[in-house]
Amino acid sequence: MTQARILKELERIKAPDDLEGDQVLDTMGLYCPVPIIRTAERTREMATGQVVEVLSDDRVVLIDMPAWCLSAGHIYLGFREEGRGWRLFVRKK
Amino acid sequence: MTSSQRKPIKAVGLMSGGLDSTLAARVLKEQGVEVIGLNFSTGFCTYDHHRAIARKDEDPRRMRNVALQAGAEAEVEVRVIDVADEYLEMVKHPKHGYGAAANPCIDCRIFMLNKAREIASQEGADIVFTGEVLGQRPMSQHRNALDMIEKETGLKGRLLRPLSALHLPPTIPEQEGTIDRERLLSIKGRSRKEQERLAEDLSIEDYPQPSGGCCFLADRNFGVRFHDLIREEEVMGRKVSRDEIVLLKVGRHFRLSASVKAVVGRDEGENGFLERFRDGRWRMAALDHVGPVTIVVGEPSVREIETAAALTARYCDGRREPSIRVRAERSAPHDEASAAPADPPAAEVLTVAPATEELLATLRVGL
Repeated sequence: MTQARILKELERIKAPDDLEGDQVLDTMGLYCPVPIIRTAERTREMATGQVVEVLSDDRVVLIDMPAWCLSAGHIYLGFREEGRGWRLFVRKK
Repeated sequence: MTSSQRKPIKAVGLMSGGLDSTLAARVLKEQGVEVIGLNFSTGFCTYDHHRAIARKDEDPRRMRNVALQAGAEAEVEVRVIDVADEYLEMVKHPKHGYGAAANPCIDCRIFMLNKAREIASQEGADIVFTGEVLGQRPMSQHRNALDMIEKETGLKGRLLRPLSALHLPPTIPEQEGTIDRERLLSIKGRSRKEQERLAEDLSIEDYPQPSGGCCFLADRNFGVRFHDLIREEEVMGRKVSRDEIVLLKVGRHFRLSASVKAVVGRDEGENGFLERFRDGRWRMAALDHVGPVTIVVGEPSVREIETAAALTARYCDGRREPSIRVRAERSAPHDEASAAPADPPAAEVLTVAPATEELLATLRVGL
């Protein structure tokens, strides 16, 4: 499978309802690429295997976050709709 | 020496998300180089702005960050780095001047490569790479420009352009054999055919077509507005804010005085965008008609407020009527950190004649 197809599969992943992050990062009101920049900064402070839960109301993050994870080698665990935005989950490589 | 015997080396490079830089990263990765791509968020990227003014029903794929997409495609880590404040200072006073608009292409290249050099040093990388192709861009990618950029960034012998490498002197890692020169390329000129063939060979299938229009600074209309604002900075002896630069990207611009401008929205997306800049500024809209939101930048006189109202009236649906009611209001600045007393909020309804064509022509900045 090409990387482009893997990425399209990743974009569709829904996170389980009971999934919670070790850390929560609120990026509501910020437009991409800022949520990605903040997520990258946060993951640098985290231990391998920890999960960051990112709150965002920019729908482009649903495309950019899996792409960033695939690029940087982190594991994208999917997204959950919530209120007027989304929660996205990333496990640090 | 075979590639498996060579010391693994690390490269840091500029990745815009275009096909050339994606291929350059991938060509290095194919020969075992550890690659980190850098994508600098300068504040002048048209993609970023498109996201900010997009309609709610617009396909988010059209607004994706193409550098992250490229990183995913090339299996290369891409780091998005905010350099907007520093970059703006460079754009105001470029050593090598501007292109046709406000595009300081050579200084931009030098700025980004200096940043890449710093990051390469922090990461212990051996080399910096770019997707530049010899002869592709008239201002920044001819041979003299490439040589001069290499010299000015202090990257002599450490700056690799994998796509055109065989037309250029070998870099130090090529001379040492840690990068296999024979596996680098000899692409030259403006044709895209070789890059497209290589993309197919490497199964890179989703990449943006070259548009040449991904930077506001290369847009002539933006350039006119930008130079006008920088003149204001020089004349008024003050530093323009990042907000003022952001506002150059939207609306119709009218200069009311040396220190006051009106920005008039052109559609719903721009009106929504302008609303975010109303704190502490005069904001206007027609009371009885559908029309633009106008934001006044600077401290307007009573007469300038009336002129801004006339401009607002000129672009509303009732513009053929002799007089239009315009609501003008100024909210208090939203600055909790400041201890200075805020101006009190103000609001009034002005009845004005829509601005004439002559007035528009006199005040307009750019198109």
